[in-house]
Amino acid sequence: MIEVQDVYFTYPSGVEALKGVSLTIQDGEFVAIMGENGAGKTTLVKHFNGLLKPTRGKVLVDGVETTKVSVATLARKVGFVFQNPDHQLFSETVEEEIAFALKNFGFSSDIIEKRVTWALNLLGLAQYRKTSPFMLSGGERKRVALASVLAWDPKILILDEPTIGQDYQQKEKLRQFILQMKAQEKTVVIVTHDVEFVAECNPRVLLMRGGKIVADGEARKVLTSPAVLEQASIVPPQIAQIFIQLSDLGFQKEVIDVYEAREILLKAFGRRKE
Amino acid sequence: MAIIETRNLTYTYPGAAWPAIKDVSIKIEKGEFALITGPSGCGKTTLCRCFNGLIPHFYQGELQGEIMVAGLRVQEHPIYEMATHVGLVFQNPENQLFALSVEKDVAFGLENLGTPREEIRKRVDWALELTGIYELRERTPTELSGGQQQRVAIASVLAMQPEVIVLDEPTSFLDPLGAKKIFEVIYELNRKLGITVVLVEHRLDLTAKYADHIIIMDDGKVVLDGEPHEILNSDQARLIGVGIPKATRLYQILRTDEVKLGGKVPLSSEEMAEKIREALKHL
Repeated sequence: MIEVQDVYFTYPSGVEALKGVSLTIQDGEFVAIMGENGAGKTTLVKHFNGLLKPTRGKVLVDGVETTKVSVATLARKVGFVFQNPDHQLFSETVEEEIAFALKNFGFSSDIIEKRVTWALNLLGLAQYRKTSPFMLSGGERKRVALASVLAWDPKILILDEPTIGQDYQQKEKLRQFILQMKAQEKTVVIVTHDVEFVAECNPRVLLMRGGKIVADGEARKVLTSPAVLEQASIVPPQIAQIFIQLSDLGFQKEVIDVYEAREILLKAFGRRKE
Repeated sequence: MAIIETRNLTYTYPGAAWPAIKDVSIKIEKGEFALITGPSGCGKTTLCRCFNGLIPHFYQGELQGEIMVAGLRVQEHPIYEMATHVGLVFQNPENQLFALSVEKDVAFGLENLGTPREEIRKRVDWALELTGIYELRERTPTELSGGQQQRVAIASVLAMQPEVIVLDEPTSFLDPLGAKKIFEVIYELNRKLGITVVLVEHRLDLTAKYADHIIIMDDGKVVLDGEPHEILNSDQARLIGVGIPKATRLYQILRTDEVKLGGKVPLSSEEMAEKIREALKHL
């Protein structure tokens, strides 16, 4: 469980990035943090693994305050994948990159071998095992970064913009994987601008603006409220836009899923009984 | 007239075991808004690097086939010459920003071309205003957020007013409203100034509606090439795993249910809402 209690954070440059954030994320929750550039999303999640410590207020991970433990200790529990993969990749081969943290955590070599193979297969990277991460495309490097964190099986997973550079099939795999994590009572927090991805996953959505949380609720509610979204520089997903435009015809507005949209329209066209 | 034309273009990076693009033959007309998409790792970025000569001049490796851009055979003209015709916005803005202030970064290309001082001033301000970063002009690019850096990279290319602008996922770090505004600016430059735009994107929900032409790549090859409504409505596009806009997807699903919505396949929510509205009127 992650507990954030009235957290303020000011960067050394004087920029006040968080201005009184409070929230609780339970085990097994899937949360998407959205909002405009500079709203404080990345700053907030960097508090979850202790990379940043609050200027005021407290952050507790499983009841332990993040100021009381080292980032290295927290990392075993909280895995963090950065927005820009180039900020975290450094090894000579994809395989070494993924094995690095496992070695540091002291896993035995046969476990390391198994975990590396598992992560490579999961993310469709097996063919690049011996390749330098820097020879790969932007989208592939992003997946190497993800694989290197998934390999140690953290209980809480923080993904900063995981869908950048990913095609539809990769996104679908990511969605399936997150649902699997959720089923295992693991926590997944993503920071994202990808409204269509969020619409497909329907997680809990936290909207941020100016260092504060301005909305907190189910995706289908938050992503279908144009006024709230505009404040946070978000454009509703396409399906929601269609129903918002048709609201004068008496259609419900809270629709984000294609198949739900289909059912509603089939009724309207008289192909389904009410 | 084609401003970009490739014939059987195949390229292998130095030390790579197989080519990154294979036998690519495409034509992009002057004034077009062309969209290139396809699965991660399919060769989109590599193809863009050929348009301004980064390939083969900077990356070396082995280039076969023909490539003509703005009437120049790319193999025979250095990058600095190609750069006056083709502006490239990189996928990762950190790879192209280096100056100590945003303003200097945006002015750099023009200074190198020997543009008169007054003209530089005018164009830099214009580009900063268009991309909404005028207030950031004295900041250091490295201290900006990913989204802000992307705006600087776009401004620095716009300031050059090249004939062709190539943008490789230029808004991936921007919030959706910010991304939408940037795409609108690019679209306007395309329509008003006739600048040819080549945009690499996965998020077709945001961008398909601007395109005159779409090219879909898979595994280094061009697999679909044509008019966006037609291409995105094809089964092949869906099977390759291209992220078909949700409005298009809904239209396709309803069609299998035999709900007929007239006219062209929709690519945007506006087009789809209009079709539903019309169809309900005639019920």
